[in-house]
Amino acid sequence: MVRRVLGCVAVVALALVGPSQAVSQDSVRLTGSGATFPFPLYSAWFKSFSTKQKGVTVDYQGKGSGAGIQDLINRTVDFAASDAAMTDEEMARVPGGVQLLPMTGGEIVLAYNLPGNPKGLKLPRDVYAGIFLGQITKWSDPKLKAANPGVALPDQDITVVRRADASGTTFVFTSHLSAISEGWKMGPGAGTTVSWPKSDKFVASPKNDGVTATIKQTPGAIGYIEYSFAKFAKVEMALLQNRAGQYVAAGGEGGPAALGSVQLPANLRAWVSDPEGPKAYPIATYTWMLFYRENKDPKKAAALRALVEYCLSEGQRSSTAMGYVPLPDNVVGAVRKASASIQ
Amino acid sequence: MIELTGGSRAGSVSAPPTRWDYFADRAFRGAARGAAWLIVLLLAFLLYSIGAKAWVGMRTHGVGFLIGSTWDVGRQQFGILPHIWGTLYSSLLALTIGGFFGVVMAIFLTQDFLPPRLAQVFRVIVELLAAIPSVVYGLWGLFVVVPAMRPIADALHAHFGFIPLFGSTLSGPGMAPAALVLAIMILPTVAAVSQDALRLVPYKVKEAAYGLGTTRWEAILKVMLPAASTGIFGALVLGFGRALGETMALAMLIGNSNQISLSLFSPGNTLAALLALNFPEAGAREVQVLMFAALVLLSITLIVNVIGDLIMARSARRAGARA
Repeated sequence: MVRRVLGCVAVVALALVGPSQAVSQDSVRLTGSGATFPFPLYSAWFKSFSTKQKGVTVDYQGKGSGAGIQDLINRTVDFAASDAAMTDEEMARVPGGVQLLPMTGGEIVLAYNLPGNPKGLKLPRDVYAGIFLGQITKWSDPKLKAANPGVALPDQDITVVRRADASGTTFVFTSHLSAISEGWKMGPGAGTTVSWPKSDKFVASPKNDGVTATIKQTPGAIGYIEYSFAKFAKVEMALLQNRAGQYVAAGGEGGPAALGSVQLPANLRAWVSDPEGPKAYPIATYTWMLFYRENKDPKKAAALRALVEYCLSEGQRSSTAMGYVPLPDNVVGAVRKASASIQ
Repeated sequence: MIELTGGSRAGSVSAPPTRWDYFADRAFRGAARGAAWLIVLLLAFLLYSIGAKAWVGMRTHGVGFLIGSTWDVGRQQFGILPHIWGTLYSSLLALTIGGFFGVVMAIFLTQDFLPPRLAQVFRVIVELLAAIPSVVYGLWGLFVVVPAMRPIADALHAHFGFIPLFGSTLSGPGMAPAALVLAIMILPTVAAVSQDALRLVPYKVKEAAYGLGTTRWEAILKVMLPAASTGIFGALVLGFGRALGETMALAMLIGNSNQISLSLFSPGNTLAALLALNFPEAGAREVQVLMFAALVLLSITLIVNVIGDLIMARSARRAGARA
């Protein structure tokens, strides 16, 4: 018995040690962790990059932006990803410095579930802020009716579905609400979790999928989710009124227009909390990959630069189909230039 | 003892134990004692390591943490009263439903209502319920239980809305679907342990009851159940403990809203869901208060188990005295 156990241990140990030794001789293994929102896109990118680039394998774990930043600070990964970039305080904790690179963008939609599935519900700015503040509680509210002539709105309570877990999605959404509504700024404010209005009609579900499922199951529900999830779950999405007063749908030209409306500073960290321009979709954001400026291993640094280059060139072409917003051309140039500092 | 250590030698039963036997015996006893102490040490270490991380949070927030009801990371205001309430309320509701059905099921499966083979089939099916992952229960709750419950909930609210239990409409996730799914989740535990308790009552006891002229129901309700009450109570305590700590299904079904409401159809929140959902994105400050919340959850489960043990010991003593 003992011998058999020892035998098993030996086999397992061999299995663990063997390949990793082989790998370390002629190939590079990159590990990353962080944001879950771009996870489907990143894993598709990394998979095809790993097959094209011989000798480089990339593993990415979608743990959440906060966890990714922690991993980067603790030096347990080669790169991280975050929807909330990194604060100056956090960046100061990485010796040698961090390079933030925006890699793709996303839009947040307001998905709804109404009897009869009316398409293209229009939501004015003050109305959707009012709904999430708990001030507009009925679908038959006169303000909603005025914005949607011809749509049969039921006399039903509005059930607001929000994220239960701390998330970058909530951060982007609440930043936008803070930018457009004084009441929101003074009340819940912006953050990865905020204190929502206390009401029986505010429920929360974990993750984008949980919120999507709850909206689909609850007549009269409205909630905020990432466009890529809404697209594949086939829920109805509202047209939102932007700063210029136009109603814009997600998934079209609105996303790139929104991202293009802000000028990126030298550290490439900027928030699109309320984009200008008649075509811009109002709730959009960049999402970042985070790299060390000083990598101990030059081979790893070269592989990381190759990875960035792949994401910027071929990667951008697949983002629209997967429900993400490709980077505007000038941003691609800026990111390419900045990626040279990964050494 | 001899069987344990000296079984390999033929005819050893008649021989006196050798020095090797003594040694093996002592080593085994030592190892067993060590393993038992390790469990105590592990618990102490758990309490210590969580407590150490929670210490700063405990000092800054103090008792206000236990009686506050706001969770606002931006303003650094933390309170877990709604979570404590939700944890206890959902678990008690689940225990009421799951406990009732679990004990009834145990009676049905052990008191000769079914041919033994069929009873075995039922037993396996009930135990299979325990093997279903929590996430699956959560999804099932969201896609099946909530829609099925909605018309009933609406009707109850429309006709009996003046009763606090039905004081609000069901807006999807809420206390009632969460408690119902939780009840199903603790059912296998309650049913399995109660069955063991009922089976441990000697058959003679039942025969004696029949001999005194009781009907079948009198024998079950007045003789068998009291005789097995300690074990059944233990089953309920175990089920309650499981309900307190259940995380994923509840996080999906309870609505995660920080409010205290008696209404079955209002959304609520639990400690376990709070921990599971907030840890991944928590900053350094938040981790301290989450650890504090973890300590509170740990204390609640410990207290419930200790109370359960005390009541069981007491009822066992009383039963002994009666006999």
